[in-house]
This record gives sequence, C-alpha cells and structure tokens, in this order.
Amino acid sequence: MRSILDQLRQAGLDRIHAKLLEGRRLTFDDGMRLYQTPDLTAVGYLANLARERKSGARTYFVRNLHVNYTNICNKLCKFCSFYAAPNSTDGRGYVLSPEEAAARVAKYSGEPIREIHMVAGINPKLPYQYYLDLLRAVKAARPDAQIKAFTMIELAQIARAAKRSLAEILPELRAAGLTACPGGGAEVFSDRVHEELFRAKLDNQGWFDVARAVHAAGIPSNATLLYGHIETQEEKVRHLLHIRELQDETGGFMCFVPLAFDPGRTELSHLPVTTGYANLREIAMARLLLDNFPHVKAFWIMITPAVAQMALWYGADDIDGTVSHYEITHALGTTSHRQVLGTAELLDLIAEVGREPVERDALYNPVEEPTATGTGSAVAVGYPCRASGAGGC
Amino acid sequence: MAEGFPDGRLADIEEKVLRGERLSFADGVGLFREANPLQLSSWANLVRRRLHPDDLVTYVIGRNINYTNVCWVQCRFCSFYRLPGAEGGYVLSREAIFGKIQELVDLGGIEILIQGGLNPALKIDYFEELFRAIKAHFPVHIHGLSPVEIIYLAKISHLDEQECLMRLHAAGLDSIPGAGAEMLVEEVREQIAPYKNSAAAWLDLMRTAHRLGIPSTVTMMYGSVETIEQRVEHLLAVRDLQDETGGFRAFIPWSFQPEGTHLPNVKRASGFDYLRTVAISRLMLDNIPNIQASWLTQGPKIGQIALQYGVNDMGSTVIEENVVTAEGAVFMVPLAEIERLIKDAGLCPARRNTRYEILTVSTLARSA
Repeated sequence: MRSILDQLRQAGLDRIHAKLLEGRRLTFDDGMRLYQTPDLTAVGYLANLARERKSGARTYFVRNLHVNYTNICNKLCKFCSFYAAPNSTDGRGYVLSPEEAAARVAKYSGEPIREIHMVAGINPKLPYQYYLDLLRAVKAARPDAQIKAFTMIELAQIARAAKRSLAEILPELRAAGLTACPGGGAEVFSDRVHEELFRAKLDNQGWFDVARAVHAAGIPSNATLLYGHIETQEEKVRHLLHIRELQDETGGFMCFVPLAFDPGRTELSHLPVTTGYANLREIAMARLLLDNFPHVKAFWIMITPAVAQMALWYGADDIDGTVSHYEITHALGTTSHRQVLGTAELLDLIAEVGREPVERDALYNPVEEPTATGTGSAVAVGYPCRASGAGGC
Repeated sequence: MAEGFPDGRLADIEEKVLRGERLSFADGVGLFREANPLQLSSWANLVRRRLHPDDLVTYVIGRNINYTNVCWVQCRFCSFYRLPGAEGGYVLSREAIFGKIQELVDLGGIEILIQGGLNPALKIDYFEELFRAIKAHFPVHIHGLSPVEIIYLAKISHLDEQECLMRLHAAGLDSIPGAGAEMLVEEVREQIAPYKNSAAAWLDLMRTAHRLGIPSTVTMMYGSVETIEQRVEHLLAVRDLQDETGGFRAFIPWSFQPEGTHLPNVKRASGFDYLRTVAISRLMLDNIPNIQASWLTQGPKIGQIALQYGVNDMGSTVIEENVVTAEGAVFMVPLAEIERLIKDAGLCPARRNTRYEILTVSTLARSA
C-alpha cells in the first residue's frame, strides 16, 4: 500500500519497518520512537504485520467463568476499588468457601465453559489447605473446564501460608486442578510506580521469581501491564523489555494483556479515563516489542467492545471471553452501559472486521466444533477487582 | 493486508485517492465491501490532511434547544416525540429558551441549534417572533430547523418554501442543520419514516436554502435497514447537490440507535461500522470541506479514533441533547475533555464559529 509506505516514511518509522520485515528485534529506542509517533495508523500497520505473521486472521476467544473467592486484601493498592481491608468493619469483605465456589460454578453447568478464571485479594487468614480445597472443589464441579487461577501475587501468598517453597507447592496445586496462571499483578515494573501506588505488593523482582517458578513447574501464564495512571512511556518500554527477557528465559508466557486503568472510585479518581488512542497504542506496542509472545489480548471489558474490535487490526489476536456480570470496570466510554456479550455477538464483532474467530481453551488449543449457542456463556461470580491487582486476566 | 499492495479494485481506488480523483459508486461499494480498517484510515487521513493541512481539529461551543417534542410524524427510529394532545408533550416558554441561551452565553457559547418536532400549533409567526427576540437579546448564531420542520412550517403557514425560508432568514435564521436526511433513498425512507417527506423534497429544500444564501450541514443516519449500496447512493445524492450549490459546510454520519424505538430488533451498528462509514464519507465527498464526529452516538473513545478515519471537526460541545438521550445514547463531552482527546491524538484543537472560521487555536503544545 503506497499511502501507508509514505506514512511510515513521514513518521520516521521506515527503519523499524525494515527491521520487522527482516525479523529483527526492536530496541528500547525503537519502543520510545513508536510511543512518540502520533500517527496511530502507521504504528497500527506495523503491529498488524507482526500480528498477521503470528496468527494470520485468527482471533481467539474463550467461554470463561470468573470466580473471585475473596475480596479481602492487605495490599491496599491505590488503583484498586475492589478490596476490603482485612480489618475493615464496613461488612463488604467476603470469602467464598470451596463449597460455595463450586456451587457457583455448578450453576452454569449448561454452558460450554472452557476456562474458569479465578483470582482474588491477598487474604492472610486463608490457610494453604483452603487453596487446594478450592481448586479440587471447583474442578470436581466442572471437570471439563480448565482452571486458570492465582496471579503471581496470590501465589507468593499461598507459598507463605504453606511455609514452603513455590517449587514444592506448585506441583500440588497443579495436581489439585490448576492448569494455567493469569498475568495480573505485574502493574508496571518500575520501583518509582511500585513505591507510589502499590508498595505493599510483591516487588518487581519478586514477581519475576514467582513467574520463573511457575513456568519451571510446567504451568504457563500470562503477563500484563497496567497503564493509564502515573507511568511514563519510558517505564512502559522497560516493562515490556523486562517481560520479553523473562520470556526468552522461560518461554512460559502465552499471552500479554495491556490493562487500561479505570480511575473511578479509586484513590486516583482525579485521573481521566484512558482514551481510545491509548487503548489501541498499548495493544500495538505490546505486539511490536514482545516478539516472543504468541498472543496479545484486547480485553473488551476495559476498553469497550468497539475499541476491542478495532484492536484486532492494531496487534491483538485475542478478545477474551463472553463475560457477563463483570463488576470490574465501568468501561467508561462504551457505546452503552452493557457488560454482556453473547457468543453470537462476539463472533459477529470478530467476523465483521474481517477476522476469523477461533474458540480456544485456557491453553490456546482450538476447541473443536465451536457453537454459537448459549447467551453470555461466561459469567463472573463474586466481585472481581477493578483494573488489575487481583483481577488481571 | 500483508506487505503487498492491494490488487484489483482496491489498487485502482488507492490510485485515485493518491491522485485526488473522484470516486465512483462502484468505488464506494468496493470500499465498504473490501477495504480493511488500516487502508481506510490511511486513505481518509491522507484526504483530511490535504483539506486541513495544519492538523487542526475544530469544535464550536453551542447548545441544543429542543423547543417542542410534539410531533405527528411517528418515525419508527425515534423515541423523543409525543403525539399532539398526548401526555408529556411540551413547548418551551420564551423564558425557558432565553434561560438556556443565557447559560450558553455565560459559558462563552456562540451557537444555538434549535430543533423540535412537527407541531401543528407552531406557525411562521411563532418562529419569526422567537428568532427576532433571540437576536435582539443575544449575540448568538441561530442554526436551526431541519428541512422537515421547514417544509411542514411552510405548509401549515400557507407559504411556499422559498418564501418561508426568506422570512426565517430575515428574522434571524443563520443556517440549517442537516438533520432528517436519514437515508436520502426513497425505499429506505418508506420503511423507517413513511410519513416523513421524500428524499427529493429534502434535497429541494436544501437547494432552495443554499440559493438564498443559507448554508447548512448534512447528516446520514446509517445502520437501520439500508444496504451498503444505499449508503453509497446517499453519499452521491449529497455530493451531486453540493456540486450544484456548494452550500453544505459539513457532513455528519451517525448510527441508528435502536433502543426504545419501533425498530428494536435492528442490531446496533459497531464501532468498526462507524469508522468505515466516516472514512468512506471522507473519501467519497471530495467537495464537502468538513466531516464531523458524532460523539453523542459513538462516545469519546471511538469519537477520538475517528480522527484517524477522516474526521476533522468535533461539532458542538453539547450542553444538552434530548433527542439522542431519549434513544439511549447519553454521552456528553465537556470542553476540556474534547481538547484533551484532540491533543492526545496528536492534533491541535481550534475553536470555530458556525461558518467554520477559526476563532482561536489552542496555545498549548500538542502532546503525542
């Protein structure tokens, strides 16, 4: 396309374009240049090249179910409005017993759910046995679905509760039903941001160590970046390059999920909502810098279905699931205030923009004979955290 | 769109776009059917830059005044109207209208968009008195009365359209909003607004207004029951009249809002459908200077992304909008937010008047 080639030249991106065509890896400086390029179409074009090289037109989605087993959390992150502090007296705090969690999952026995996404707060009162019982009970209630559970932050807490090493407990968690881990809790790998927004949380090195242990135990995971608060472009590029380095080392990451910060009801509620440009740009940046990640996800609940649909041409090859009752983010800026997408609607969104829908399981294996029946087959249970922390994908 | 060049029809279209040649009906249909988002964005951006080389994105500070919701036309896509005599019908008092304008003027506003229903109780003298009174009290531009309203007003006032327009113009009407164009294709109008005037009547009224020196905008409501071909027909009808009169200042596509209407089973148009429609409008309408975003129906995220799909104007910062709100879209984008979104897109916000003349350009540096 001549017009795009002109645009790339005018935007000063022709050298990066050449690198991509030669399959060469982008550098920190390339990342900064891409962030600073106002021409989103040019950046999107490059990201789409990388996307189509990995996945062609394929766009993955999953029928998933969310379970948030507790909202009690001692991390007090400034960007979170989900948590109830352990000593709070407002009555908002809850813990689901393994039986209650299983009962909620069992309610959706008629739906062809493939993945149960289970994340929560860091509740210091829960013993190690609770987590094993939780996995077993949920797995027993839904043996045909895979459990993707526990962010790196939760896993660090589970090891603490067990008073044993991750290397020892991960095989036990796996035997109890754990298939994969979500990528939340990474936030931004910057000591400055860590100190300002989530100082009580596992530090950046700690996150890497847990992820290494998880991958070493043969459990794949995702990774995330929480953007749209106080982080700088430089911090975001460094974050992506750290993750890329770790992926070079372990190869255990499946998907990268840029998470748009939703300031509503948090301690940072004075900040504006992320823009559509920012949503598309973060997807594109992840796709361009993370050359060793198989997938990049557009999480429609946070960026709206309309932007997620467009993101399928700006680097994303995964659009998450047909979630409903997800109380995470308000998705301010949606064309309506609905938070439910039926499977048929999701398939339409993908196909309308010229992409090919592929139903997947938690490990990105294609599901045979995808069906478009059922309404919102993925359902959130409990009250997931807003914008990352315990909520992250 | 891998590395290569599009082949076949899209390659021809791209050539035409690069050379600045006019696109045909078949080109328009081809773009709808075959072009991907990045192609549309790239081409529409190119054309926008050609027409607006300073990367300025304009907006006007104005407000809508819906003087009455009484209307007998019963458009199937509308949830705003009340039939004459029905409960909930209103006509705003002079004090209420003046109060709204005073609020606008206090906020630095310069444009009022006066629109309502087809209310058989309001004849030409009502509007003449209203417009004269407004002009006597406030330094505002009156952008008002869609063609549907003017055609009806002429009829119940026993005037021909030209006379009616001349009297409104003399009383203070400055320009006409392009509302009620819906789809300028008779078959579509019969399905969605059977009692509304024909496409030909809408275009005739605009032709007359433009000849009298009353400029206007023009809209398109897509996403109800029309086909892709009919969308392109609409664009060509608009382009043809513009060749003749040059009176259209801006084109404003917006999507049908199914909630609460008599067409509830129509699926709401997607973000992609909006962006491609905007981009193809920019590409087809080579003789219309401005393409305006529809924030009210699309929201700030897609409204901003539209700046990469041919849009160069954000319309009015809306203080009040009853019609679209009644149909379910509830976006309001305040001034500071509009400026933030334009700058965030790497473009430069500029305040304009209703004639699309630049008043002030934002002094703050662009932020990428």
